[in-house]
Amino acid sequence: MRVAYWPGCVSRGFTPELHGAMAKVAPLLDLELLELDRAACCGAGVIAEHNQELADTLNARTFALAQRTDGALMMNICSTCQGSMSECQERLDANQDYREQINDNLQGEGLHYQRGVVNKNLAWLLVEDMGLDELRSRVKRPLENLRVGPFYGCYLVRPADRLGIGDAHPRDTYLHLIIEALGGTVIDYAGQYKCCGFPIITMNKEASLKQAGRHLGDAIEADADCLVTPCPLCHLNLDLQQPQAERVIGRDLGMPVLHLPQLLGLALGLSPRELGMSKHVVRPTSVIDWSQSVVAEAA
Amino acid sequence: MPEFTLKIRRFLPESGEAPYWQEYRVELDGHQSVLEGILKVRAVQDGTLGIRCSCRAAICGSCGVRINGKPRLACNTHLEFAAGHSQEDGMVVVEPMGNMPVVKDLIVDMEAVHWKKIRRVTPWLLPEGEPPEREYVVPHEAMVDVTQSMACIQCGACVSDCLSMEVDPLFIGPAALAKSYRFVGDPRDGQHYERLKDVAEDPHGIYDCTHCFNCIDACPKGVAPMSQIMRLRRAAGNQGIEDRNNGHRHETAFVDNIERNGLLHEADLLPDSYGGKLHPRAVPELLSSLPVITTALARGKVTPRKALLHPHRRHYREVRKLIQSVESKEEPLELNLYITGYEDDVEGTEHEAGETATMREDFEADSQNVASGPQKEPNR
Repeated sequence: MRVAYWPGCVSRGFTPELHGAMAKVAPLLDLELLELDRAACCGAGVIAEHNQELADTLNARTFALAQRTDGALMMNICSTCQGSMSECQERLDANQDYREQINDNLQGEGLHYQRGVVNKNLAWLLVEDMGLDELRSRVKRPLENLRVGPFYGCYLVRPADRLGIGDAHPRDTYLHLIIEALGGTVIDYAGQYKCCGFPIITMNKEASLKQAGRHLGDAIEADADCLVTPCPLCHLNLDLQQPQAERVIGRDLGMPVLHLPQLLGLALGLSPRELGMSKHVVRPTSVIDWSQSVVAEAA
Repeated sequence: MPEFTLKIRRFLPESGEAPYWQEYRVELDGHQSVLEGILKVRAVQDGTLGIRCSCRAAICGSCGVRINGKPRLACNTHLEFAAGHSQEDGMVVVEPMGNMPVVKDLIVDMEAVHWKKIRRVTPWLLPEGEPPEREYVVPHEAMVDVTQSMACIQCGACVSDCLSMEVDPLFIGPAALAKSYRFVGDPRDGQHYERLKDVAEDPHGIYDCTHCFNCIDACPKGVAPMSQIMRLRRAAGNQGIEDRNNGHRHETAFVDNIERNGLLHEADLLPDSYGGKLHPRAVPELLSSLPVITTALARGKVTPRKALLHPHRRHYREVRKLIQSVESKEEPLELNLYITGYEDDVEGTEHEAGETATMREDFEADSQNVASGPQKEPNR
């Protein structure tokens, strides 16, 4: 499947291992990525808070660039991108006059956004477009005995109406379904749908890191080996800031946090190193041990 | 008549006993409410069960509880729906709301948290000057805008599940801040600046909201408290209020960052949010972040070259122009879907999962439509 691929900012910034892992995993899933390398930041909700027209213009521009490709749809690998782009799309698609005014801003570049772009997070695409059976059939090393806690990220699960979550598309269960399809064990824990705290890290660091620390602690209580998240911003607070979070909540954590493409890659036969896990702040020891034991068994 | 199982969390703080779960079976029609189920239990099986309720019609806001882990009004949640969405084999799990102390069973102390916070934002009109001889005349749109926050029935569902309040109990919170917008958005009020300054400067005010959307999904009346908080932030920024929590600085640093780079350059964002790398405010922050920075460098997450140069920047000249032109508008557009509503779907432009037509085909088909004259989308 060919998709217009929006990697977002952070996957090419402070979590380069995410972009790298996606590039390695895509061919194993027969996904052809047409990268939107001229599209700009989605605004992460912050630009919309500052100037709604600006956020809607930047995202209309990204959608228009995606519509110029011959991809079947547009795919992103970031919960925050999904949520803030869906918010802008809701306004753009709701009102023709408004949409045309925003399109006027894009005229200089000869771009035009046409209502109804389909923009899906990788997790949604895997379940709805590729299908779990197809995913299962591609698994080389089932994640047997690996206990994985999902961490969705707020922007991928709320508000439910805007994100099309309901009985027909239970998108708030997709990470669970993907972990199972890859052969892993899903660990439910208190923080799986909560906020990582990242949006307030510069405003209220203590509250922000308390959130991250609490969820990581809950995952430890539930006996998870690692967490998996489709959101690189969550990854920043849960992994990069984890040592700081330990200090704030006064407790050792050491919980590895994987990006979704890394978890896919493990099951598709790639090694933790190939998937960039050496770049993580918290050493994914449990995952490396698991990977080595699987390789040893096979040998 | 179908039978439903209610699993209810019981707690009487003064008993000294820990909270516990108790199960009850009730026979009722599926379209009857969880509240009716609880009241039947109390009337027939167990008179000690505590629940607060009054109107039974989703107007008074008394019966807020958590049903299957989500905050809801017990009176407008059908038993059938609750059982169908149970994560415990059809059992309807009912608990008291969160973030507030329990008085007894399903009754929480609204006074200790919710009402205190509502009073915190001066929840009454403060008009300036002499009142007009007759009524105040205000633009229709402005009043429609504030009716959204006026729809609040003070049930506390948003407070219950506020994730900022969970870690920072002092956070003013979604209900009270939505109430604050009700007056900031009201043209009759004369204290907009003071109100905004107050909630922006409070370290537990508008910039303490972690943007998790929980309050939007929790509200049974569509108040969308988080959207009102974002409007407060925008209004505070427009009034030039520089808060001491770095809220406004972070926002402008973010926009400037994207204007310069097209993509976010994280290495600049943190210091700029504190006023710049050499600003006295930034220095202690950067020092305290030093362990994070060194680990990131040691692991190769960031290279010094990438941190200093931002290799993507050269691709984004057009974006810079675009941002500058939209930012220079005196009155940028703002579409409030609560006021305008949604236009109906136009057949053929919406995709469903699994459709195979590519985006370019749709785009080209649509361009032909444009060529033969745009079709006006029907209004609702």
